[in-house]
Amino acid sequence: MDLGLNEEQEMLKKSAREFLSKECPKKLVRELDESDSGLSRELWKKMAELGWIGLPFPEKYGGNGGTLLDLIVLLDEMGYNIVPGPFFSTVVLAGFTLLQAGSEEQKQTYLTKICSGDMIMTFAITELDGTYLPESIETMAEAKGEQYILKGTKLFVPDANIADFLLVAARTGKSTNPADAISIFLVDAKSAGVKVTLLKTLGRDKLCEVVFENVKIPSKNLVGKLNGGWPVIRSILRKATVAKCAEMVGGAQASLDMAVSYAKERVQFGRPIGSFQAIQHYCANMVTDVDGSRFITYKAAWTESEGLPADMEVSMAKAWTSEAYKRVAVLAHQIFGAIGFTMDHDMHLYFRRAKAGELAYGDADFHREIVAAQLGL
Amino acid sequence: MDFKFSTEEEAFRREVKGWLKEAIPPRWRELPTGFWQETEESWKISRQFQKNLGMKGWLAPAYPAEYGGAGLGHIKRLILAEELTYHDAPVSIETEITVNWVGMALQHFGSEQQKQDFIPRIAKGDIIFCLGYSEPNAGSDLASLQTRAVEQGDNYVINGQKIWCSYAHYADYCWLGAVTDPDLPKHRNMSMFVVDMKNPGITIRPLINVIGCHSFNEVFFDDVRTPKDSLVGVKNNGWFQLAMALDFERSGVQTAAANKLLLDHMVNYAKTNKRGGKLLSKDPILRNLMAEMAIEIEVARMLCYRIAWIYSKGGHSNYESSQAMIFGSELLRRISDAGMRVLGQYGQLAFGSHRAVERAMMFRSYLASLSIGVGGGTNEIQRNIIAMRGLGLPRK
Amino acid sequence: MDFRFSEAEKRFRAEVEEFILQEIPPGYADKDLYWPGGYGAIGEFEVRDPAVEKIRKKMGERGWLTMAWPREYGGGGRSFVEQAIFFERLSYYDAPGMDVSTLISGPTILRFGSEELKKEWIPRIVRGDLKFWLAYSEPNAGSDLAAIQARATIDGDDLIVNGQKIWSSGAHVSDCGWMVARTDMAAPPYKGTTLFIVDNKSPGITIRPIVNIDGFHSFNEVFFDNVRVPKKNVVGDMNMGFYYLMVALDFERLVISMGGFRHRYEDLLNYARNTRRNGRLLSEDARVRARLSQLAIEIEIAYLLYYKTAWMMDNNLFPNIEASEIKLITTLLSRKLADAGMEIMGQQAQLWPGSPHAPLRGRFAVGYLDSISAVIGAGTSEIQRNILAQRGLGLKRR
Repeated sequence: MDLGLNEEQEMLKKSAREFLSKECPKKLVRELDESDSGLSRELWKKMAELGWIGLPFPEKYGGNGGTLLDLIVLLDEMGYNIVPGPFFSTVVLAGFTLLQAGSEEQKQTYLTKICSGDMIMTFAITELDGTYLPESIETMAEAKGEQYILKGTKLFVPDANIADFLLVAARTGKSTNPADAISIFLVDAKSAGVKVTLLKTLGRDKLCEVVFENVKIPSKNLVGKLNGGWPVIRSILRKATVAKCAEMVGGAQASLDMAVSYAKERVQFGRPIGSFQAIQHYCANMVTDVDGSRFITYKAAWTESEGLPADMEVSMAKAWTSEAYKRVAVLAHQIFGAIGFTMDHDMHLYFRRAKAGELAYGDADFHREIVAAQLGL
Repeated sequence: MDFKFSTEEEAFRREVKGWLKEAIPPRWRELPTGFWQETEESWKISRQFQKNLGMKGWLAPAYPAEYGGAGLGHIKRLILAEELTYHDAPVSIETEITVNWVGMALQHFGSEQQKQDFIPRIAKGDIIFCLGYSEPNAGSDLASLQTRAVEQGDNYVINGQKIWCSYAHYADYCWLGAVTDPDLPKHRNMSMFVVDMKNPGITIRPLINVIGCHSFNEVFFDDVRTPKDSLVGVKNNGWFQLAMALDFERSGVQTAAANKLLLDHMVNYAKTNKRGGKLLSKDPILRNLMAEMAIEIEVARMLCYRIAWIYSKGGHSNYESSQAMIFGSELLRRISDAGMRVLGQYGQLAFGSHRAVERAMMFRSYLASLSIGVGGGTNEIQRNIIAMRGLGLPRK
Repeated sequence: MDFRFSEAEKRFRAEVEEFILQEIPPGYADKDLYWPGGYGAIGEFEVRDPAVEKIRKKMGERGWLTMAWPREYGGGGRSFVEQAIFFERLSYYDAPGMDVSTLISGPTILRFGSEELKKEWIPRIVRGDLKFWLAYSEPNAGSDLAAIQARATIDGDDLIVNGQKIWSSGAHVSDCGWMVARTDMAAPPYKGTTLFIVDNKSPGITIRPIVNIDGFHSFNEVFFDNVRVPKKNVVGDMNMGFYYLMVALDFERLVISMGGFRHRYEDLLNYARNTRRNGRLLSEDARVRARLSQLAIEIEIAYLLYYKTAWMMDNNLFPNIEASEIKLITTLLSRKLADAGMEIMGQQAQLWPGSPHAPLRGRFAVGYLDSISAVIGAGTSEIQRNILAQRGLGLKRR
């Protein structure tokens, strides 16, 4: 057993905390939240230079050769500080998909550009009903000579508004099992017929509607096997789920830290409010939620990172963390009182992300059902 | 016991409903309405609506007819408040503050002249008050307020800073608490004033809330002169008056009605939307969730009805208002959260976004409910009141 | 990071398991009604069973009762993770073996006791010869332990003890009390309280049973009327008892029936998979599934915290926060597990042990009552939250 981070991970954590607090202050977070792009090219370039974007990818593609667990450590810190931008979409959704299912040529072409910070990519999976189930994918890709013709509407796609390329999950045939006829395509965002509409969201993350109107895709842009897309998507969703948990754990930790330090400073009735039992018990509940989320997330991340079966672990982590982060953020708001209800205060930045994180890759209800199935129910 | 409304009360409810159908302008139904979410446009609509209400005597239905009220009984007022909120009529916290806090206090403690001057105008919807209670260092610990009012000739001169003053930028008057004798102990050193917001020396700075709206303000008083007769009640007796004001009837039925509105929205959504090919209303987990919410709303309503009933029998509520307030307000959080669960991914879409559902009602309530349990006495303070006043638990 | 047990840990786990399955008296586990986290249905607090004594001695021979102690004092020189594994397996199989003497008294004597005290008591504790009861709580000293009023005055080579203790689990089946009493009334409690061992056979001790809500006799009131205790039984220095008590809290960190939670959970899971209601398996009911799934998650978190605490102790890290968290989480879990069981089993759930049709021998009905003690005993959940906020997060007391 070794329940601690290794030396490099501790270093990464520390340097990420320092770098982000300096290079991604809350002022920038707010600007990006309120902007349409959500992207700071300057920050993106710096993160590429630090090797963060290529962190979990092999060196031969310009990556850093790290593990999923290393990435989790970084995402934990990114959640702590809040880092707007397409890091998650590009690295977790797109990067891992290319790494896992892409041809050598695709990896050389696209993954290399991702690692160097020269390409932003996302993965359009969900459609109108917003779920992560194979039966919900209705977008069609029809083979026509050396091309596929893509038709359909994707919804809640992160960062499609700034992506250079999109991975798209589409139906490529008829099948009794809806999971059996799904394929993944690389689509140039500039292709004719791609229409992206930015949605305004609670999390102020950049979720989009993407409509494909007879978009022509060259056959070589098929990623992985024809009709073999769903197992890849499942595996990517598992990684994305635990990665999202890591971000949420970081955010919950920051909410706790902020609230505790405020409880120590704010004086009412002649004493710090943190000396009142009601507030102390809130804090005790919060730290228990934060640590519980952290341990269950790291266990899931480690399991997935080791290549062990991780469906149950990952769903446990997401079901728990989704609700725990929200509980922590609400209690933190309660401790801040009115000041936390203002736009100028940082707390709502976390409260918003707690909800956005909960919705991403399946909420607690969704994942509890996966756990139940895994338990043999 | 009889849980039925009388025929007359039922008829009154029908009358209110009928009137509301015509009285709410269609444009209102297109705006992102709700507490803390006022915009210039919606504010204008609600001010006009309040005047219309005032003409019927329904803006301040509890006031005697001589002051422009309808002199309605407790139960009818409850029905009116419930219907107004449930139909999302353009009345909100500003009405509660002006009519039920300030207007009631003026009736109890004001001089005859003050009553004549303010009460009819309040009842007609002509004037709006903002509260000048909280200060940066006096939140839950209101007794620590530091704003001073010093006698000088025929005036009081006011200096200090107030915060969280809702709608101060629209308000005609401020209902202000200021220290009038710093040598006396806390709780015996403060007086209440009605201060004209047009007075020189008042500076208003907006505070934008998390929904992105301008509802709160910081208000600075810099040598603001207010005539001596703007002091309400007895000098240095402000705390007593404030404590008494806690006993004014406050059923909190508006929150229960707001909750019902949200529940109807999510039930309707569940009945008409599918996820994973299945109607949401067929999902046992969501059914159970919505059933639970319906039950809790019923409990909340009963807690509110009880208060109106206590007053209709000539009684006074003690801890019951705090209880109804905590339950209803925390329920608003739970309902908003439940609604977001039912709406799933669509819940996160903001007003004005492509594909947003029902003016993003649930989204806005989810954010607005963050203020719940904070404003008007935190729920921790309300729980203290229930434990000490209601259950007789010792303070120390 | 590596969440797996090492090969040596796996071997040890298997060894423990084999031992338990071999040594546990036939039928013992079938009678047992222990509820994880609770205090009211622990067989060892009710009767002194010779068969149980025998197992404890066998564990003593293997050095398992005191496995994390240093070898020179008869300890097993094992890690805290191994100790955690041991307790987990023990509680999973409802096996006996945990005692105040080995968990609290022994480590405190080793840390603060004189050589003489060590020589007299340690070997017997290591062998599993002795049972201790905790003489802390008094009628007016519950959460506020500093308010104890029992007094001990010096008289020659003895202390003379007067006062009353309460909620004394298993006092009637134990050999000795592990007791605190005021020795300097003029000093504040934390400077005027002394810790000592009192022999149950001393004249002047009266033990009166208190029957708990499960209907079992596990608690007692114990009265001390001029009871003589030799001064050599004092642990450490006079008047330092409160400090030792606080330090001893750290020894209790891993005294948690982790395995008990898992086993009871598995019972419930199997029940849901094999029981039909209205013609449908309970396990097909979406709400039952969600409930069981949520419990599985919470148990997993408790396990992670449990091993994390042990792992931190092995690595000389101080698990202050984690230790309070695990206590808080498991005590609440005790309630949630019982509550979920009662709801899932429906009408049958209310049947008491011995009733025909009682599911799972009626253990959940017992647990439903017993779990009330889980959030109260050994520091209420409110006190745990205070500790967590103050010790863990540095919030001020006043």
